[in-house]
Amino acid sequence: MCGTCGCGSDTNGPTILKPGEHNHSHDVLHHNHDSHTHTHEHHTHEEHTHTHNHSHDHKHKVLEIEQDILQNNQVLAARNRGYFEAKNIFTLNLVSSPGSGKTSILERTLSDLKETIPFYVIEGDQQTLNDANRIDAIKIPVIQINTGKGCHLESDIVYEAVKKLEIKNNSILMIENVGNLVCPSMFDLGESKRIVIISTTEGDDKPIKYPDMFYTSDICIINKIDLLPYLNTDIEKLKSYALQVNPKLQFFEVSATTGEGMEAWYGWLKENI
Amino acid sequence: MHELSIVMGIVKIAEDETAKIKENTVAKIELEIGQLAGVELDALNFVWESAVKDSVLEHALKTIIEIPGKAICADCNREFYLNNIFDSCPNCNSNFKGIIQGKELRVKSLEVI
Ligand SMILES: Nc1nc2c(ncn2[C@@H]2O[C@H](COP(=O)(O)OP(=O)(O)OP(=O)(O)O)[C@@H](O)[C@H]2O)c(=O)[nH]1
Ligand SMILES: [Zn+2]
Ligand SMILES: [Zn+2]
Ligand SMILES: [Zn+2]
Repeated sequence: MCGTCGCGSDTNGPTILKPGEHNHSHDVLHHNHDSHTHTHEHHTHEEHTHTHNHSHDHKHKVLEIEQDILQNNQVLAARNRGYFEAKNIFTLNLVSSPGSGKTSILERTLSDLKETIPFYVIEGDQQTLNDANRIDAIKIPVIQINTGKGCHLESDIVYEAVKKLEIKNNSILMIENVGNLVCPSMFDLGESKRIVIISTTEGDDKPIKYPDMFYTSDICIINKIDLLPYLNTDIEKLKSYALQVNPKLQFFEVSATTGEGMEAWYGWLKENI
Repeated sequence: MHELSIVMGIVKIAEDETAKIKENTVAKIELEIGQLAGVELDALNFVWESAVKDSVLEHALKTIIEIPGKAICADCNREFYLNNIFDSCPNCNSNFKGIIQGKELRVKSLEVI
């Protein structure tokens, strides 16, 4: 296993499950992440310093490829986006560090708005059906993607989950990404908006420590404001760091526990569908 | 660690491109990686060897061309180099800018035998 984020070498690929389904882990997709084991030697740039001076045997051919490494994900994200637009599905990709309160915000939002807006949820986690079960408990159609060792969702697996979820037109799809402030930032899923959630307990300088996630998000929800009296966190400082990274970010300050601040967030949701 | 997904993406590109011309060994691969692309080269090098095993890249010599970050200020139009995605304009201090280079994540070329 890699220390950085838990990508390991287990053989389980990503699996897709609905709450209540049997839990034998079939590999739904052939996912690249898997077939490889990690060695624990540290490799540096040594390759750089090689000078290449052996005589050519005239069989070498140079292919000028100029291809984007993430192209595959981007193409599939574009396919997802087209599908969502055609069906008028407003899709949100919720990203954050582990435990910032993504599922809690979802639970509260869905409970409060489910009578007026049709919601669907895709839950991404490395393991367990826990989050999907919490959403299932409030009777919202939900599907769980377990990424196994993968530390983020990619558009191919989201596509499979979307097909299985049978989403109706004119609805909101919430995708809770794997709790990880680094890796999901690079993978477009075809979402309409990306929402980064940060909780007050994480420190005000998170946005400049993990700038990519804030740079690629449209909305920043600051959660757990009920805890502010017990913390030294300076919300204004947090926001100014976040704006330094991404001057277009729009903020909502909420407590998923007490419900404080949720109305403004609901207002934004209703305006955007 | 998304660097593993990235190397797997590189392997896929190399496999696809070599399959097109029915070759199966890459002697050299050149990558262009922007300094603002969000990739740690240490992490990429760390996963490289295990990720390319049994692929056309297994014995390839890898060269990484790092591309420095560059932006243009939306307020005063100044072009400037930046080390962090959140660096502000050195001329007017604005945070509004367009990144013009440094986000690259590309397989530039392959040399096949
Ligand atoms: N005090 C307080 N606690 C909260 C709030 N929101 C969530 N929590 C608590 O924070 C913990 C993590 O909440 P989750 O909703 O599971 O967080 P998550 O982001 O979904 O976690 P992962 O899916 O593991 O990344 C739980 O113990 C919640 O009860 C809040 O607004 N205030
Ligand atoms: Zn969760
Ligand atoms: Zn990762
Ligand atoms: Zn300027």
